[in-house]
Amino acid sequence: MTALQLAPITPGRALRFCVLVLTAALFLAPYLFMISTAGKAQSEIFTSSLSLIPSEPHFLENFAKAFSRVSMPLLLWNGVIVCGLILAIQVVIAVPCAYALAKLKFPAARLMMALIMLGLLVPIHATALPIYVAFDRMALLNSYMALVAPFSISVFGIFLFLQFFRSLPDDLIHAARLDGMSELGVVMRVVVPNAWPAITAFSIFSVVAHWNDLYWPLIVVSNQAYATPPLGLLFFRAAEAGDDYGALMAATLIITLPLLAAFLLAQKRFVEGITMTGLKG
Amino acid sequence: MSTLTLSGITKSFADNDILKGIDLQAHEGEFIALVGPSGCGKSTLLRIVAGLEQATTGSVRVAGREVTALAPAERNVAMVFQSYALYPHLTAGQNIAVPLAMRQLSRLGRLPLIGALAPGQKAIRREIQAKVREMARSLMIEHLIDRKPGQMSGGQRQRVALARAMVRRPALFLMDEPLSNLDAHLRVHARTEIVDLHRRAGVPTLYVTHDQAEALSMADRVAVMIGGRLLQLAPPQQIYADPRHIEVARFIGQPRINSLASRVTEEGMVRFGPAALSPAAALRAGTAVTLAIRPEHLRVLPRQTGVETGGLPGQVERLEFLGSEVIVSVRLDGMGETLLAKLAPAEAARLATGQPVGLLPEADHLLVFDVAGHRIDAMPVLAQLRENAHG
Repeated sequence: MTALQLAPITPGRALRFCVLVLTAALFLAPYLFMISTAGKAQSEIFTSSLSLIPSEPHFLENFAKAFSRVSMPLLLWNGVIVCGLILAIQVVIAVPCAYALAKLKFPAARLMMALIMLGLLVPIHATALPIYVAFDRMALLNSYMALVAPFSISVFGIFLFLQFFRSLPDDLIHAARLDGMSELGVVMRVVVPNAWPAITAFSIFSVVAHWNDLYWPLIVVSNQAYATPPLGLLFFRAAEAGDDYGALMAATLIITLPLLAAFLLAQKRFVEGITMTGLKG
Repeated sequence: MSTLTLSGITKSFADNDILKGIDLQAHEGEFIALVGPSGCGKSTLLRIVAGLEQATTGSVRVAGREVTALAPAERNVAMVFQSYALYPHLTAGQNIAVPLAMRQLSRLGRLPLIGALAPGQKAIRREIQAKVREMARSLMIEHLIDRKPGQMSGGQRQRVALARAMVRRPALFLMDEPLSNLDAHLRVHARTEIVDLHRRAGVPTLYVTHDQAEALSMADRVAVMIGGRLLQLAPPQQIYADPRHIEVARFIGQPRINSLASRVTEEGMVRFGPAALSPAAALRAGTAVTLAIRPEHLRVLPRQTGVETGGLPGQVERLEFLGSEVIVSVRLDGMGETLLAKLAPAEAARLATGQPVGLLPEADHLLVFDVAGHRIDAMPVLAQLRENAHG
């Protein structure tokens, strides 16, 4: 059936495909180059010729080096802990907030809405210094707390859920109240089960952002034990690898793989969620 | 004992008065249809009874209990929504079970997985399942029990919504235009079904609709709401034949009732062609009144016979054939008003567009209203006059 539905390839279509393929290649190039470098020997990386396929594959050696010189399991574990905690707390806080703003009437709703918009405008870089000083005074630097706490309330999350919850019919909420649910019950039993696309979309945004974040961990963590993956790579490069780009790329590849896998698994829901929240990136 | 008492319900948004003092009493097991044009506040009133909205003033009593300040869940009322509002993530069976589960299971017992382990909860769950099945059987939706709302047709969803509302035997049923999302054929069928269900369950029902045919055919009593006021609450026949307000007369009945501006004559009567009515309370000559008569109570005669018997002269403007009846529009000579008459097809066969005719009202069915729209009781005096003339 699908073969029958394929349109014939006209010159116009061919041109469009070419443009799409070229753009895709442009975006994929750094990643492919990273994979390629991860498989090259030190000597080959620094030759003047540029080849995508390593002349002799050195994948095993480079990965072995990455694993032996950096404590990859610790980095990945830290990444999982930090991203997991951030995501869980963000969702637990953002979902009821967004529900209240979307479906309940209360006097301060407009003010809260304004504050959320304001919150969207303030970047972490503006608040980094005061938070750093505060954590320092509280002796919280070099801890999971320092990595997680500043991101526990996500105005972006509230905003995204708000858009989604507004599209839920009021009658559904009314029916739930008449059926005997408390407001929290409505959130848990009616809103959340119907908001999975939005929650998945938000999860991807949140996890990608915090897994890849280097800025904040660099500020609050100096102890290797709490290093997140990007920070660990930085330590690795600064301390020992120096110019061993093969091993560095191998390590980079390892820390990007979990994200890639997670995205591929959740792809369908992610796209659904983005379409339903009307958010385009 | 009255099962629903509304007293002095008002509702305002900013300076917009939606409800202007509603009083209503429903009797045991009664089916009351709340009908009115869109925007008359009927849905708002229903939501106030459900507790989904708060009245600005006034009180709501359900089954003799003051519930004005209670949350929707504590009022023991069930509601069927226009959109059905089924939980999209649950199957029909689970949807029907929700109100029971929320009331009968403990907080712990409601948790998924762990809930089954809580003491005593298993028996309750089994009982709930049995009730859900019984409900589904009585509404003939057993085969749908494992389907999600997305996989059901409109009619099936409506039945599931009814089942969910009925399963916990509430003190009061509220229905907010539950048939308006069904196609015309299904709607007529569903009407009789809801009435049957209501008879069997015996739960008093407040049914909101904008469709007068639904209201007249289903309800024990019809409440006509217009502009935030409850203008009349009476059995369907009485609403139709004896409207207490011109707006009620205009809203109920298809085609619309004919109305004409008139004045009280020197003899203190109200005249319409050969018919004369004498108001129960004496009115001063010259007082402006509105005369109204339903299309089926106007006779259309050929000009000569019509005018000789005292009918109003006019011209046929349009004939609309509707199968079992014909609607004739007659423009009155001189007055420029157009009145509608409803005739049997055989009677209308001798009429043609443009034909001069005489319009004869049935005096018994003439209604008189004052300028504010309130009904003025009046007796026809034509027969009496004739008798006097002959005698």
